[in-house]
Amino acid sequence: MSKRVVNILVPLISILLGLIIGAIVMAVSGFNPINGYVALWNGIFMDTYTMGETIRQITPYVFSGLAVAFAFRTGLFNIGVEGQLIMGWLAAAWVGQAFELPAVVHVPLALIAAAAAGALWAFIPGLLKAKLQVHEVIVTIMMNYTALHVANALIGVISGGQERTDSIHESASLRSPFLESITDYSRMHWGFVIALIAVMIMWFILQKTTLGYELKAVGFNKNASEYAGMNVNKNIILAMLISGAFAGLGGAMEALGTFENMSKLHAATGIGFDGIAVALLGANQPFGVLLGAILFGALKYGGLNMPSEAGVPTEIVSIVIALIIFFVASGYIIRVALERFGKKRKEEK
Amino acid sequence: MSFLDVLYFIIPSAIFYAAPLILTAIGGVFTERSGVVNIGLEGIMIVGAASSIIFNLSFADQLGNATPWVGLIVAMGFGILLSLILAVAAVSLRADQTVSGVALNMLGLAVAVFTVKMIFDKGQTDSITERFSRFDIPVLGDIPILGKMFFVDVYATSILAIVVAIVAWFVIYKTPFGLRLRAVGEHPMAADTMGVNVTKMRYVAVMISGALGGIGGAIYAQAISGNFGASTISGQGFMAIAAMIFGKWHPLGALGAALFFGFAQALSVAGGSIPYVQDVPKIFLLILPYVLTILALAGFIGKAHAPKASGVPYVKGKR
Repeated sequence: MSKRVVNILVPLISILLGLIIGAIVMAVSGFNPINGYVALWNGIFMDTYTMGETIRQITPYVFSGLAVAFAFRTGLFNIGVEGQLIMGWLAAAWVGQAFELPAVVHVPLALIAAAAAGALWAFIPGLLKAKLQVHEVIVTIMMNYTALHVANALIGVISGGQERTDSIHESASLRSPFLESITDYSRMHWGFVIALIAVMIMWFILQKTTLGYELKAVGFNKNASEYAGMNVNKNIILAMLISGAFAGLGGAMEALGTFENMSKLHAATGIGFDGIAVALLGANQPFGVLLGAILFGALKYGGLNMPSEAGVPTEIVSIVIALIIFFVASGYIIRVALERFGKKRKEEK
Repeated sequence: MSFLDVLYFIIPSAIFYAAPLILTAIGGVFTERSGVVNIGLEGIMIVGAASSIIFNLSFADQLGNATPWVGLIVAMGFGILLSLILAVAAVSLRADQTVSGVALNMLGLAVAVFTVKMIFDKGQTDSITERFSRFDIPVLGDIPILGKMFFVDVYATSILAIVVAIVAWFVIYKTPFGLRLRAVGEHPMAADTMGVNVTKMRYVAVMISGALGGIGGAIYAQAISGNFGASTISGQGFMAIAAMIFGKWHPLGALGAALFFGFAQALSVAGGSIPYVQDVPKIFLLILPYVLTILALAGFIGKAHAPKASGVPYVKGKR
């Protein structure tokens, strides 16, 4: 079996195994797994409203997945997407409600603010990694909770002690009457177009620019890149900045599309952590990330239909996603199994 | 309030808030010393908290006062069970340890909330009736000033946490087991050559962290929150990881760091009634543990070095 086929088979087998174990968990808990999965399916595809909402859910996952994947290509593990996304959300919500501008200026300004806030939050771990060789995993985790508390405090300041910021002005909103009319008044917004553009941008940077070539080279082998004359430190910081910008834009989707404001958060949003799953499943390729985001976003939104239609707690979806990550991460064993299987077939021939 | 009154109030509650952090951080020390990064401590704490609360609610009538203690043992069991998933993935199947840890957090939260919804038909449990209670230590409690600070109205869980930290120090630095554990985390190949079973050591270490993380979560649930919901444990596990790093991967260092973080938490909860502290915005106290950890890692507060082989799966015969 060629390497390419194996690389595609590993995530597919992982998804299948995750769904099978999910079914077993449902059966053991006294639910009918078929009803459960039918409810999941209906939760995604039942009518135009659910489909609109599913796309709405997928949109921030694309960004968080791209953020994790982009850093990964430079050999960095950005667990801080969660925090960068929160900061981006806050920045976009603030720009959206604080200024009154024409939409052509307002939307881009809010997006740029979100990207900048996310990038700034990612800059700190990037700088520490580049200059002081501090491992980025722990720093980004610590930055997540710092972001959570800082954002909550700032929401209090912006809103004058309220639990949420004021709604953004219509000129900054990504929602549109057109999308509402074709999806039966779902919260679907134009963010999905921006997400698709972001996928293209990541592909373009990595495949068509010198910067992308250098970033990938640093990811493959830092010392060789240094020897070849590349500035490794600069590339590490740049990779974190771009990764953080993607994460911040993911937050902007929530601020300008889904919620049109920001409420104080009691716990992490989970979008950033799910981004790790998305990137892993997508093998850190831009188009793979898109597919991963579609799968996990659809599962997450469809899962909300499971309690009402089949009585199954929606957390079953998170269990399935966690299992899929385990299986993809433990891909070694699947690869070994596939190789054995491939060899046997060759011998038979 | 006089300064002394403040101390009488803040020191016991600091130790109270620190207990779950101490235990979980010590668990983290064990895994990291063996060369496995356990980001999944948060998930383990969540499962520990949920299982202890469910057990407590179900058996409080039969077991009475002993319920929370048996709850700790139950939580320990579930913590070990969950940590085994990480051990299988990260040690045997050579999965990326950070990724498996993240998945473990997701799985822990999902399984816990799933089970709670199954049993209670809602996302949050009822409040438990049998909590950990305070008691006065005889004789020591009569010491002037210090007695009232440390030995009056203490929680047995706080004492347990401190004892575990000291035992962990002894085990890691004074026993053959500890020597092997550290060897496996610093240079697994050398340890393997000397006949130490790297896989077994790492399994044991991960399971110890599962046990301690489970207990930590159970103490948080049964002493501090009193019930379980999706946001009961929110960042406690990560704060324990912070304590472990701030304590430089040393059990007693982790103990000190966890006590300090507990102090910050106590101040953020009760700071409103304390002079001077009430003028400090709460946000600074909330982010203090995380910011200090970043500073410690950056080398501004002494240099922190992780065990050399931490995070690297060991493949026999590979250089």
